[in-house]
Amino acid sequence: MAEKKFNALPGFGLTMGFTIFYLSAIALIPIAGLFLKTLEISLTDFWRLATTDRALAAYRLTFGASLVAALANALFGTVLAWVLVRYEFPGKRFIDALVDFPFALPTAVAGLTLANLFADNGWLGQWLVPLGIKGAFTPLGVIIALTFVGMPFAVRTLQPVLENLEREVEEAAATLGASRVRTFFSIIAPTLLPTIITGFALAFARAVGEYGSIVFISGNQPFKTEIAPYLIVMRLDEYDYTGAVALAVVLMVISFAMLYVINWLETWSSRFQN
Amino acid sequence: MGGAPSTDTAIIRRRVSRSQSQRGTEEPPLIKWTLIAIALAFSLVFLLLPLVNVFAQAFAKGWQAYWNSLTEPDSWAAIRLTLIVAAIAVPLNVMFGVAAAWAIAKFEFRWKSLLTTLIDLPFSVSPVVAGLMFVLMFGLQGYFGKWLEAHEIKIIFAVPGIVLATVFVTFPFVARELIPVMQAAGSEQEQAALTLGASGWRTFWHVTLPSVKWGLIYGIILCNARAMGEFGAVSVVSGHIIRQTETMPLRVQALYEGGSAVSGAAAFAVASLLALLALITLAIKTFLEWKQARDYARAQQLAMPTPESDSDTAFLARQNLR
Repeated sequence: MAEKKFNALPGFGLTMGFTIFYLSAIALIPIAGLFLKTLEISLTDFWRLATTDRALAAYRLTFGASLVAALANALFGTVLAWVLVRYEFPGKRFIDALVDFPFALPTAVAGLTLANLFADNGWLGQWLVPLGIKGAFTPLGVIIALTFVGMPFAVRTLQPVLENLEREVEEAAATLGASRVRTFFSIIAPTLLPTIITGFALAFARAVGEYGSIVFISGNQPFKTEIAPYLIVMRLDEYDYTGAVALAVVLMVISFAMLYVINWLETWSSRFQN
Repeated sequence: MGGAPSTDTAIIRRRVSRSQSQRGTEEPPLIKWTLIAIALAFSLVFLLLPLVNVFAQAFAKGWQAYWNSLTEPDSWAAIRLTLIVAAIAVPLNVMFGVAAAWAIAKFEFRWKSLLTTLIDLPFSVSPVVAGLMFVLMFGLQGYFGKWLEAHEIKIIFAVPGIVLATVFVTFPFVARELIPVMQAAGSEQEQAALTLGASGWRTFWHVTLPSVKWGLIYGIILCNARAMGEFGAVSVVSGHIIRQTETMPLRVQALYEGGSAVSGAAAFAVASLLALLALITLAIKTFLEWKQARDYARAQQLAMPTPESDSDTAFLARQNLR
């Protein structure tokens, strides 16, 4: 990392100084403040607050629903990415542009419209509810909202890799007499898998912290449809700051662990690509 | 130029000349159309219907009701506050993004990868936790609470807190878009300008900025969309005071929880403005991508790659979200 050559560009001190100042003021000091707050709580208290029955139920829903949603995205997102890259069909470019819609749409609006779609008299609910599929105010609703917000991550991670895939290798396999199924499972799938896993991890990480969309669709019933971030808000509304901090630290530590895993996955899968 | 990875160029090349498809490596039609059907059904339920539904519900009671629910004082105040917050938060984050990108893309230093990771921090912090952090700093019970109270400065449950929370959630966007584009553009052009006697600022305005403008614009529109739509973090610090600390997303929630059919339709009316913002953001993004692909194809035709087309390559390659 030493200077390779003389760099005559000005402004390193200024921009670097401003970057570090800004980062510290906006992010690092507040995050440190959160962790410092835990020092005011004894370890036994922390454990008690972070593992109440209600909190455990909330973690279970948050991580369970995030897992299911990320799996759904890994599956359907892969199909969508594949179709968008490999096939021609009417409306393709429109859908391709629309894939980023969940990313650009404010989460509150996502929750509002999804809750309405799956409600008893909604466009989808009026058909699904009689079949016993209740999407609003149930854990399923949480999964639906999390699938919505995580989808762009799964599709957009895979798309460039699919576009970059060497068709020649598939051709060679076909020429050598491999069936399409065999080509898929022994050539295409192993190449794509690391990227699919990265997309899965990104969608999962996004889902774990999600709040806005779920508030609208889940109904937020304790022990049933209450997610961990919502429980933090409840604790704050009760002015129970230590309770909120304990839950927040648990979520934060898990998020950082996820971040580490994702970085590792990205390095791992980019090594696979080259 | 720069050090644009060769894979990026390959992506573009494929995008440009994708129409030549190979026969021997296609799935049987049955499988192909089943996959397309699955993809279409998935996009219908999770993309198209949610989008169309927002506008259908917003206009369910007619244009007049729609207009009334937007111009009604409480919602109008929320719209204004959202615009004010974005007008403060976005320029701040543009300044940060440009500074961070300059330092990271143009210079070599230790801990560079750590700094890049730190810029991504907000992506891995739940918005609710982000809001809580600022309550712990500036709330009455917080570290600076007593001091702020003594000096009669209100941050939490007031506009400054909303701005802070918004800035935190949206600061990575501009930096993330600019860093790869600036890296790909390299610094030879700047060196040349400086050698010819231009000042640092002049070099930045006339050499650097034009070469990264599309990446910058894309970063700004993303940052703005997120700033106007942020819900979780803002919800925690706002206090939900009608006409004072209620932003548009919070107004949507308040109307939704109002319960009546009228307030439900009003919730969708306010939501439709935010959905429109998302659509405009997507339209600009699609336009930028199309323009870059076209410019790249032209540069290829001339067989004279300009430094700009190199940065465009990285810009396009960045279009996956992370």
